[in-house]
This record gives sequence, C-alpha cells and structure tokens, in this order.
Amino acid sequence: MPATLFEKLWRQHRIADLGDGVALIAIDRVMLHERTGGVALDSLSKSGRTVLAPGQAFAVMDHIVDTLPGRSDATKMPTGMAFITGTRAAAHAAGIGLFDLDDPRQGICHVISPEQGIVLPGVTLVCPDSHTGTQGAFGALAWGIGSSEAEHALATGTLRVRKPRTMRITVRGRLAAAVGAKDLALHIIAQVGSAGAQGHAVEFAGDGVAALDIEQRQTLCNMATEMSAFCAIIAPDDVSISALEGTPLAPTGAQWDQAVAAWRTLASDRDAAFDRDIAIDADEVAPMISWGTSPQQSIPVTGTVPRGEAETEANHRRALAYMGLEAGEALAGLRIDAAFIGSCTNSRLSDLRRAAAVVQGRRVAEGIRAICVPGSGAVKRAAEAEGIADTLIAAGFEWREPGCSMCFFAGGESFGLRERVVSTTNRNFESRQGPETRTHIASPELVAASAIAGRIVDPREA
Amino acid sequence: MEAFSRVTAVALPLLFDNIDTDIIIPSREMKSVGKTGLADGLFAGWRYTAVGNREPAPDFLMNQPPFDRARVLIAGVNVGCGSSREHAVWALHEYGFRAVIAPSFNPIFRGNCIRNGVVPVQLEADSVRLLGEAARADPLGQQVTVDLDAMTASSGAGSFGFALEEDSRAMLRNGWDAIDLTLQHRDRIAAWREADRAERPWIYLEPRA
Repeated sequence: MPATLFEKLWRQHRIADLGDGVALIAIDRVMLHERTGGVALDSLSKSGRTVLAPGQAFAVMDHIVDTLPGRSDATKMPTGMAFITGTRAAAHAAGIGLFDLDDPRQGICHVISPEQGIVLPGVTLVCPDSHTGTQGAFGALAWGIGSSEAEHALATGTLRVRKPRTMRITVRGRLAAAVGAKDLALHIIAQVGSAGAQGHAVEFAGDGVAALDIEQRQTLCNMATEMSAFCAIIAPDDVSISALEGTPLAPTGAQWDQAVAAWRTLASDRDAAFDRDIAIDADEVAPMISWGTSPQQSIPVTGTVPRGEAETEANHRRALAYMGLEAGEALAGLRIDAAFIGSCTNSRLSDLRRAAAVVQGRRVAEGIRAICVPGSGAVKRAAEAEGIADTLIAAGFEWREPGCSMCFFAGGESFGLRERVVSTTNRNFESRQGPETRTHIASPELVAASAIAGRIVDPREA
Repeated sequence: MEAFSRVTAVALPLLFDNIDTDIIIPSREMKSVGKTGLADGLFAGWRYTAVGNREPAPDFLMNQPPFDRARVLIAGVNVGCGSSREHAVWALHEYGFRAVIAPSFNPIFRGNCIRNGVVPVQLEADSVRLLGEAARADPLGQQVTVDLDAMTASSGAGSFGFALEEDSRAMLRNGWDAIDLTLQHRDRIAAWREADRAERPWIYLEPRA
C-alpha cells in the first residue's frame, strides 16, 4: 500500500504499539536549550535517572543569553544567569554535548543543528521548543515537546506519541522574485488559520517548494508551528542532502554513501493518500504582513485591515484594540518605532543578505531602532566576511551576538510600551516583544525596507 | 503526579480563541529554573494592571470572586498555542486548575496537561459555549464537574461526553509517571536500538562531552 513520508518514518521508529493510536517512538536526537531544557535535565537527575544516549543529546544556549556585544553569563533578564549556569552544570553532569556561550558554534538551536549535522534526513528529533518543526526542512521528523517529554526522551530514548493525521500542502508554480518563504507561510496561515493544521503532520510539496533553497525551506517549516502543525516535513533531495554534506556530525566516507542511499528512498509514494490535501498557487502570494495578534491575522502589505466576521468578532475587536488599528485602515504607511531581524524563522545568511540588499547605501529613518541578530556564530562570521554586517551597521542597525534575543520579552530587553515593531519573528502575540508591544511579522525584505522608511512599506517599492 | 478521578468546581470562562502560552504565563514571569513559583504569574498580562506590578485588573474575570477559586478553565479554539513552555500548565496547576475545556487544543499544550494532572476536555464548540456562558452567569450554581470515569463534563447547562486515548486516561486516573511506564519496555527499546544501529550506524554518535 502506498505510504506517505510521515507514515514511513513513523513505522520505522515505532518500537511498540501502546493502543488507541498511541505508539512508543524511538527518538534519534534530543536538543535542549537553557529556557526549558535545564529544568528537564534537573528533574531527570533529581529522580535518580540518567540520559540513555548522551551522544544523541545536545544542549544549546540561545533563549536567555544576552545578544549584546561583550555579553557574559549575567543577563538583562532578571534571574537569567541561573538558567545559564544551571543548564551548563546539568549538561556537563549528564555528559551531553553543549554549545556554550563562548563556543564559536553557539547560536539558535534550530539554526545550528543543520550547521553541525545534528539533524539528518530520516531522523526523529525533538526539542522542548515549539519551533522544532523547522528542522523538518531536511526530511527529518522533528517536533516540539514539553519539558516532561524531553525528560522522557532523554531517559528512555523514546516518546509515547499519539499518531497525528497527515496533511499535504502543495505549492504549485514558483514564487515571484520579490516574495519569499515567509510570505508564502503567512499566506498559507491566513488561509488555513492558526489551528488549521492542528493534529496533522504537514508535508510541504510541489514545484514551488522544490524550488526553495534550503534556508527558505527552514523558514516555511518553522512557520508551520503557527498553524498548530504537529510537525512539518519536506522530502530530502539534492538541496537538503548537499547542505549537510561535510558538516561535523554528518556521516563520512562509506557511511555517508550508505546514508544517502537510504535518504533517497524517503519520499511519499506517488499514490499515497493524505487525510487532508490542499494546494496553493504560488503566483497568488504577495509580500505579507500581520495586522493582529495571531499569525493568521495577516494580509498582503497592499491590503487593508479586514472587518471581523460574526463568529470571530470578539477576537477581532480585541486584536484591533490591542494593535491600535481600525478595520479598513491600510497597513502601508503606518509609522513604526522599531525593526527587528532575527529569530529561528529568519536569521540565516540568506535572510541577512536579502535585508542588506534592501538597505545598501541607505540609512534607517530618524528615531527608528533597528536591530539585527544573526542566528549563529557561523552566520555572524559569514555575514561579516561578506560585508553584510558592514552594510547593516552603516545603515544604522545594531549588530548583535547570536541568540533568540528580542523575539520574545523575558523581563530583560524589550521594545517599549505599545511600540510598533516590524519583525521577522514568528509571533505577534500580545506583549510578545515587550509590554503591550504591537508586533507586525513579515519578511526580512519588508522589515528592512520599513526600517529605512520609518513606516510600513511594500518592499517592492523600496 | 496526583491521581485524578473527578472534580467539581467553579469554572473560569475565557471564551477567546488562540489563548497562547505567552498569555497563560508570560516569559517574564518564568523566573526560576524549577516547575514551581509560577501561580502568581498566571495570566499576568491580563490579571494585573501593568507589567511587573501585582495590582489586580478589575475587569479580568479571574480577579472577581468566586472566579478566583476556579479549578476548571473554559477557553476558545486552539487553547495553549504558541510556545511549548510547560510552565503554562505548571502555572495553571499550581493555581488550582485541574481541567481545561475547549473546542481544540494545541498538541504540545495538551501533552503537557496530561503529564501534569490537568485534564484536557475537548468538546464541540457549542457545548463549550453552553458550559461557559452558564458558568459566567451563575458561577456557584453552575459549577462544572469533570469526571474521568464517566468521561463527561457537566453542569446544569448539560452533560457532554469527551474522549481521551486510553494511555493518557490511565496516566491521569492513576497519577502514573510516563517514564516508569515506558521503562517497562526497556528490553524492547534496547533490542530496537541494536537492530537499528546495524542499519543506520550514523545515528549512534559517541558522547563528546
């Protein structure tokens, strides 16, 4: 019987059937970060248990560490140092690999995983971080879990998982030159809704996906979280396999050849049936931006804030009031206070390259705070070598150390009260980037162009 | 984890869709590395008048007795979306919540509920609204009972059956630890890993620390 890629990986990793749709699934890779991973390691050791396979587990410092130059264990976030030192001590005690603050490989977990060859096609990979599905761009079964489940995966090498349904999102045709994976993602989320993929393993397919480079694919899979997908996956191909070749933890020599041969078989069969199947026409995707407090509240940048419908009226009104907007208002032209480029969604080299191309030779508008946070040490060094950093700094951007930074407000650094921010991050939730901040999520190009203009602009007109 | 069979309590209806985990516990309220000390930060953005203070916002329902004693939360679709932070459930539990009723749950949040003694009760949107509106109009008279034996959520507004996979139901009812349950399969896990290592040797990295 024809099977989906998800089904093949599920069957391969199923150790036991626990009944009622739940299975015991083998976990090949566990990643942890200092925000939610330290507590899992702590709890594990307090219960007298150990990590089953320390070689398959990794800890990263990204969520709480400062991204200001000259940073140390001390953080702007009150009590942040305890998370950092606690995770460091727990990782050492557990014998798992750690990408510490002073490590040149340090960065956002989902950015450094492929750089290091932690994620590989066909692996099951979990992390107590909701955006773990990002790594499905490499043909891995990667999903976000809670801290207790992380503890479970560390202790047993498995998870008890309720089998999700399957959903295929086929992108027909190629995206126009001026739009990218972030626009595509927001376009899809606006259509299917924030809960639109709930309970589903999403496979992105079609020529529009095959044409995306590996970094754009990660952006797309990253945003599947914002439609509540269990995970997102793209079948491995030359693009993803060659991106991993030569990375430190990828197999080498004959083992590489053996692995590649196995990875080549990882695709949904031609006649495989999905529980849901939707198609998107790439030529309908325009530069997108969110207007509200949920990623589904996104529109083309040329559009106007929609009116609510009866069943969502209360949510709609709340979002409008929070954002200081009115139905019918155009987003283009709206004055902003700040611009942020970074996060596991859009902090890779090509993201920064596209932003730099927009700001080249220009200056950030007077009074606008503009920040760029590269996703990893490797991205930062490459951007500096390529002149991207110089371009951004000359334009007036702050150039930071790698980390999650102001993707979320943890009590330390923030954008100010009710400030309007255009951001390449993944969430526009209430107070996500600071007290009552009004976040509009969009692509690096749109954020860069808006920083220059001091207001929301269509990057095609910048 | 404590065993759960049934709770009858005042319900707090927050009938908004997409109540995310940043709303349930803002990142700034996750101050310690552990799982406790979080109840004060529960719904902090809605519950207090400004960031950092502890002055109750008068219009937030949970600040209005008897809703302050609620142990059942009634929410809109996609409750618990956003961040995977288990702190959202730890905060709910520490405050006293033992069940969340909603038309749909974010999967990570749902899993976190099950592992921490909070029953995720998924009902049709109309049933959720009925229970929620009744609880709002008469919180003491329309207390909600969530019963894991009968698999119902009920109040004077009606009684509604819900489903839960047996694995999760057993864990909640008995207060079982999932790791203990899984370690009963220790031999099968070891055998699977050995067979897999022959097929996919590149998965099995040596510790580097």
